[in-house]
Amino acid sequence: MIDIRNVTRSYGTFKALDDAVLSIREGEFFSLLGPSGCGKTTLLRMIAGFDNPTSGSILIDGQSMVGIPANRRPTNMVFQSYAIFPHLNVEQNVAYGLKRLKLEAAEERRRVDEALAMVSLSGLGKRGATELSGGQRQRVALARALVMRPKVLLLDEPLSALDKKLREQMQVELRRLQQAVGITFILVTHDQYEALAMSDRIAVMFGGRIAQVAAPKEIYQRPVNRQVADFLGGMNFIKAEMVEESGDAIVVDTHGFGRIRTERPRSTLRPGSATTVGIRPERLRVLWDDATASHEVAGTVVERHYFGEITHLIVDVPGLEKPLSVTETNDFGADDLPIGATIRLGYDPDALVAMAD
Amino acid sequence: MRRILNGWLPIYAVAYIVFLYLPIVFLPIFSVNTSPVPQFPIADFTLKWYRDLPRTPALLDAAWNSLVVGVSAAVLSTVLGICAARAITRYRFPGRRAVNGLIMAPLVLPEIVIAISMLLIMLQAGLSLSLFTVVLGHILVCIPYSVSVLTSGFEGFDRSLEEASADLGETAFGTFRRVTLPMVAPAIISSLLVSFTISLDEFIMAFFLAGTEATLPVYIWGQLRFAAKLPSVLALGTLMLAGTFLLLTIAEILRRRAARRAQTAGIALA
Repeated sequence: MIDIRNVTRSYGTFKALDDAVLSIREGEFFSLLGPSGCGKTTLLRMIAGFDNPTSGSILIDGQSMVGIPANRRPTNMVFQSYAIFPHLNVEQNVAYGLKRLKLEAAEERRRVDEALAMVSLSGLGKRGATELSGGQRQRVALARALVMRPKVLLLDEPLSALDKKLREQMQVELRRLQQAVGITFILVTHDQYEALAMSDRIAVMFGGRIAQVAAPKEIYQRPVNRQVADFLGGMNFIKAEMVEESGDAIVVDTHGFGRIRTERPRSTLRPGSATTVGIRPERLRVLWDDATASHEVAGTVVERHYFGEITHLIVDVPGLEKPLSVTETNDFGADDLPIGATIRLGYDPDALVAMAD
Repeated sequence: MRRILNGWLPIYAVAYIVFLYLPIVFLPIFSVNTSPVPQFPIADFTLKWYRDLPRTPALLDAAWNSLVVGVSAAVLSTVLGICAARAITRYRFPGRRAVNGLIMAPLVLPEIVIAISMLLIMLQAGLSLSLFTVVLGHILVCIPYSVSVLTSGFEGFDRSLEEASADLGETAFGTFRRVTLPMVAPAIISSLLVSFTISLDEFIMAFFLAGTEATLPVYIWGQLRFAAKLPSVLALGTLMLAGTFLLLTIAEILRRRAARRAQTAGIALA
């Protein structure tokens, strides 16, 4: 559907986007995730036609977009600032792009009403652009883009200006809307939870390069390197050495966790080479009383942080160079564990993932 | 201390305003007085002086000259002002503040000094004094006003509005017509009105640079030498005052509208 072929965008010697290769499928909710300056917005703007690749090409539906200006591309965008035309009312904003299509008045009316209904703004058509709340402005921006029936809808950090509650509500609505209209959505965001909650697939980007493209679950559970792992939430990194390989699996030796068999990371590892394995804090669970697990480590609680529904424990394990982060739900009393207590932690070896540094 | 201030401040404020505006209030009052000598109470009410105005050919010439100069100066200073204001609000370039300062400088420089230097330079350059030279002088005087009105209108104009228009299929020209122009039109009209008004009652530049073709203020200055002409000068002054007041009010309303629009467009970014 959308093919990004070796796209590079440089400003002088600085490469905002470096040899990006990406293929986005039809009807997919795709997210470009990364910290500010990682090139995600640059890529989105090049798909929209506001910027051009220094080299490489972008294809939409098999058609090269080289030399095609923004106003003739089958894409529409929801801007970070929403860019609602302040001199027009809601209806006129939504109908803005339709005017050029020279539709019959009744047909135009019908499409505007349909778009407004889609974003739950029916009845607000006559409202002035200056009289809208942040959430309403966002909906107008969505309706204005969707009414054009684009092949691809581009969303540039569309939720970043909203407060937390509204943002979470809009995440659900956007996802539902995308499934209803079946249009390909490309979302740019720096919020990992937003990307994980909404996307079919995510591309994680750093410093102008695409680090990993995968479904949310895989990105979260099987990050290809420490940077990706770190950006998507807490991760305990443990030094390890590869001792054996067999097909897609490798066996590594760790200090605290002993010998583990795990999936081979994408990087080229050889027996004997040093690597890192990681485990998410919520995949380690406190073993109370006589409970046992197939795999266990023991340690001492050195810090305890209370977060309401969960408690965050820092547990010192002999042999590990850094203490482990553990998040534990509070239903068994993790919030009452005394500092200095000796506890056992159980884990599933599949939760350990080997990755490149 | 505070109580003394609280008691006296309103009195001071009222006295200040009376001192500033009382003479202006007398202008229309004396202009409908039958007696040619301004005195209180007025002898009798008459509109004679107003009726005489259109029957004075020299006055009509001066009014026409002022109109020509005013419109030319307003258009030219607004065009130049648009370029300057757009550069100042959109781009970050070295010396931006210095440029802005230099544009605003004529506001505070002694006008008579500028007028004399312009006269010297124009004569050196071989220009003969005419309405054209007056227009040049007035552009210099009007530009600071144009730029400040336009800057406040352009400030916060979100560039993504133009991108959104292109994104929705509109051409560059269509975007200019449907988005850019309606957004900045109030500020442009406001700048035209303010510049026109400034040019209309500007005296010093016109006096030095006009040659034989007088503008209204220069004509009025000439008439003041004849005591008998005073009432018609007062009548003319009253009309100019009313016109100026009207134009500036419209200009201010438009400027505020433009500034408000630009702000609401930029709110989400802030």
